[in-house]
Amino acid sequence: MTIRLTPVAALSTLALLLGCSTPAPVITDQRASTTIEAAFAGAPDHLKGRWNQDETLKVCSEYRNEPPAGIAEAIAKRELAAIQYPPDGNFLGDWRRGEALAQSGYGLRFSDYPAARASGGNCYACHQISKAELSFGTIGPSLSEYGKLKDFAPEAIKATYEKIYNAHAANPCSLMPRFGANKVLTIDQIKDAVALLMAKDSPVNR
Amino acid sequence: MAIMARELWGECDVNKIIGAALASALALTIVAGQAQTVDTEKAIEEYRRMLKEDPWSNPGFLDVDRGEDLWKAKRGPKNVSLETCDLGKGPGVVDGAFAEMPRYFGDADQVMDAESRILHCMVTIQGFKREDLTRRPHPGGGQRVRETGAIATWVASKSAGMKFAPKLDHLREREAVALGENLFNRRSGPFDFSCSTCHATSGQRIRLQGLPFLADPKEARAVIGEWPAYRVSSTHVMTMQHRLYDCYWQMRMPELVIGSEASNALTAYLTKVAAGGEISAPGLKR
Repeated sequence: MTIRLTPVAALSTLALLLGCSTPAPVITDQRASTTIEAAFAGAPDHLKGRWNQDETLKVCSEYRNEPPAGIAEAIAKRELAAIQYPPDGNFLGDWRRGEALAQSGYGLRFSDYPAARASGGNCYACHQISKAELSFGTIGPSLSEYGKLKDFAPEAIKATYEKIYNAHAANPCSLMPRFGANKVLTIDQIKDAVALLMAKDSPVNR
Repeated sequence: MAIMARELWGECDVNKIIGAALASALALTIVAGQAQTVDTEKAIEEYRRMLKEDPWSNPGFLDVDRGEDLWKAKRGPKNVSLETCDLGKGPGVVDGAFAEMPRYFGDADQVMDAESRILHCMVTIQGFKREDLTRRPHPGGGQRVRETGAIATWVASKSAGMKFAPKLDHLREREAVALGENLFNRRSGPFDFSCSTCHATSGQRIRLQGLPFLADPKEARAVIGEWPAYRVSSTHVMTMQHRLYDCYWQMRMPELVIGSEASNALTAYLTKVAAGGEISAPGLKR
């Protein structure tokens, strides 16, 4: 490695020798927000504001998704309160429709307007789910035999709904999209995804 | 060398032929299942090895040649070539310039990557209107890379075999790196994604596609130097600006403006992490 002594480098070296290091430039939230907004100049109205962050994303980004205990509790509390439940109290939809939306990555990309069909959840991008589907990602945990492993317990079915609706309620700064809270999927679609994971006759559990 | 590539490939649409052949080979392997993932990787590795032995078999070289011609041709309202464009090592110096980019350019008062700098030169030297060059800056599937991208591909190829050695020590450059790191980790959009959602851990994949851990110097060095690269799945050369644009598309964000400060900051950050990695542009990607 060659060391190139520019005036700046010489000054920093001198500063380091004197015990005062040159700190990395601080990027304020304002600075980052202005930059990202300019990066999407010309965005059509229906995409405007997507670069904005709510409080949860702000702190998750700041702590690189590892929030300290107190902040994690605040996130969990806030995100749990944001969950809307099925009016009839039934969490299980149709696993066949659940499988279809788990396969589909369609929706909300700038090329998906006007929408030709309902958005998918793209679950297989990150999770192993049904045994027959071998093309699955590994960013999230395997969900193979998920219902069976949870004994198909009613509390586990409700927890699965909550997890898909808003993953941060149980796991603050989860990498998983908040499918319900962000209105990516409807309540009925989430019930279908729950059925894929939790129904006894779903290929996930057979 | 430029003539050689053209003689080999002529005017046939080699992009589509190679793309279709590789795509079907890949599809067959993927259908065969997860156990075949390793075999797919091996097949691509084998293809890359063959490319190294016979570099002219990479269709990306057609755009390298095109880029060289575009750089040297008198074009634009002012009818001059880009041969006085300063890529950071003095007017007209192309050899090794890419290896030291992005960098701060005083005349534009900005940190710029190769594409942003070429755009700047096309506007200031040749008199092109910036909005004409940035309105639809990237090719669709099957189209060839746009002119700015072809020039950038040639410029990058003139640093092939060298190692990334960005200085990034100017205050503005250090700020760009810090800004890039911030944006890399900034979550937003309906999917709550940031770049780090997919690129902050080793050994993960989306479906069957492996994902590089880009905050890790070892993994960044292995991939950043491949761009601009010929992308088999879309049958054209994709530049780094286009790659970032495509990531934001997948992240459900709006269209990334080519040459924006954010795009240059992200590239400055990634290049800083990848410093010391070998440049092999034009690369070949899935």
